[in-house]
Amino acid sequence: MSSSGAVIHRTARGRRLRHVAVDAVVYVLLLIGLLSVILPFVYMVSSSLETAVQIGSLTPQFVPSPLTWTNYQQVARELPIARFYLNSAIVSIIITVAQLLTASMAAYAFARLRFRGRSTLFALYLGTLIIPSQVTLIPNYLIVRELHWHDTYAGLIAPFVVSVFSTFLLRQFFLTIPTDYEDAARIDGANHWQIYTRIILPLARPALATVVILTFLASWNNFLWPLVVIDSPSLKTVPLSVTAYQDQFAIAWGPLMAAATLSLLPVLIVYVLMQKYVVEGIALSGQGGR
Amino acid sequence: MRPFAPSIERLQVSMARRRSSRPGEHRKRGDGRAAILFLLPDFVGFFVFTLLGVIGTLVISFTHWDLVRAPTWLGLENYRTLAGDPLFWQVVKNTASYTVAVVPISTALGLLVALGLNRRLPGTVVLRTAYFAPFITTLASAALMWQWIFDPNRGLIDSYLYMLGVSNPPAWLNSSVWAMPALIIFGVWRQIGFSMVLFLAGLQSVPRPLLEAATVDGANAWQRFRSVTFPMISPTTLFVVIISTIGSFQLFDQAFVLTSGRFGPDNATNTLVGYLYQKAFVDLNMGEASATAWALFIIIFAATIIQLVAQRRWVHYE
Repeated sequence: MSSSGAVIHRTARGRRLRHVAVDAVVYVLLLIGLLSVILPFVYMVSSSLETAVQIGSLTPQFVPSPLTWTNYQQVARELPIARFYLNSAIVSIIITVAQLLTASMAAYAFARLRFRGRSTLFALYLGTLIIPSQVTLIPNYLIVRELHWHDTYAGLIAPFVVSVFSTFLLRQFFLTIPTDYEDAARIDGANHWQIYTRIILPLARPALATVVILTFLASWNNFLWPLVVIDSPSLKTVPLSVTAYQDQFAIAWGPLMAAATLSLLPVLIVYVLMQKYVVEGIALSGQGGR
Repeated sequence: MRPFAPSIERLQVSMARRRSSRPGEHRKRGDGRAAILFLLPDFVGFFVFTLLGVIGTLVISFTHWDLVRAPTWLGLENYRTLAGDPLFWQVVKNTASYTVAVVPISTALGLLVALGLNRRLPGTVVLRTAYFAPFITTLASAALMWQWIFDPNRGLIDSYLYMLGVSNPPAWLNSSVWAMPALIIFGVWRQIGFSMVLFLAGLQSVPRPLLEAATVDGANAWQRFRSVTFPMISPTTLFVVIISTIGSFQLFDQAFVLTSGRFGPDNATNTLVGYLYQKAFVDLNMGEASATAWALFIIIFAATIIQLVAQRRWVHYE
């Protein structure tokens, strides 16, 4: 009796010990992986703080001494960084707000209104999701050109005012909202606009937040469309500004890494502050960031 | 006074009836007019940029159009030209090899990281945040950062290879052989966080009692993974693989930025979308560019269908 108790005790302790050992190994592996994931960022920042001579040294430095801000000064002197930020902010905010409105209204219609051909229309609408966005690139460009929106904010914004994916995401969420509140509101004489603004939208806040995060990230990071529609340096967005830096500095890595740091750091800071929502939004939808 | 009472009563009754019969009336009449108003803003954009875009690409792909002269009808000629262009097949091969490398590697590594984080060790949130960071960073800016890391003279990788005694380390983006591996390394670095996050969500659905029962039955860690965890998360795996594949075939931003718009020496890192971009906006050949767009769509569509058919062999649904 006592011996079998000891055996059980011993195996339980052995198992616990092994568990701790495995945890330790896993931890070390995770930290090695972590190092290789964040090392590029560290190297970018440290290089941005080095002089050309330090960058040219044979052994990479992760904590440069002395630190120098000249690269940042040079970038700020030669290119309108603030302007790139302003452009990206304006375009991304307008796209996000517009998409929130168009998508939530259409989602309300698809989720709540009864009309003939609703399911057929929705199937057709949703079917376009399988088409990669590059397929519509050329006609979109031609339309924007025809409207004389080439090389303007309007051109940067127009194709993204509407998103089938956001509409789909919101419609799926709206379907999960119980109809009790609306039935009560309808008895009190509320019309559809009132139900949409006063009941559905407030209840759909988590889904709307997801759409805001995904839309803002996608438009902030968009590269191909600005590359196609923008010629003026003063209208370049942050991602497109990378080409301006490359043109300006060729392989002068100090200023280039200062520029890269300036264009990555704000996104990283916002991400770290909001990481829970960003990660959940992308885990929920399987999208984002492209 | 008297005669009014019944009329008020009647009014109340009729109002009540009207109210109660409202939902029924709605069902009969439908919300057609409201639907038009609610759908209008969305459908204007949808019609102009999506529907017209898809149809437009198809129509333009049958024409020769340089944006200067009026388009002329060519029929299937553009598709024949594409099929006969060695560069087209090279970019298909480049894009496919990128996908075939990045998707399995980043999926597997993402799963490993997720399994590690799922042990709920201290600092998991910090680790998750860091692993996911590359995925949300602006692709173009991250590619600029990696351009420096891949630099053959003083870049991070080759500096260490020199120190380790490698006398002739790869020239990475300057080499037609090593440019694609460089692109793949970047792609894996960026994509791990994406699959990790989806796997972390998927792992929540693996019932702990099932794993504990397997342990009691004497299953070791690998057997538990093979027989319990992996089947339970196989739908997540399928989703990760499909979404990553679709994304990989659309490779463009990093291929453009890493080689400063040159798409590598000898088109070594040119991609399907890069080819489309150059045809349309450098050569101003809208017809062939549009045909390329349809080729891209067909390839992505076929890859997705193949994966959906193949899933029957390995995806487990409860």
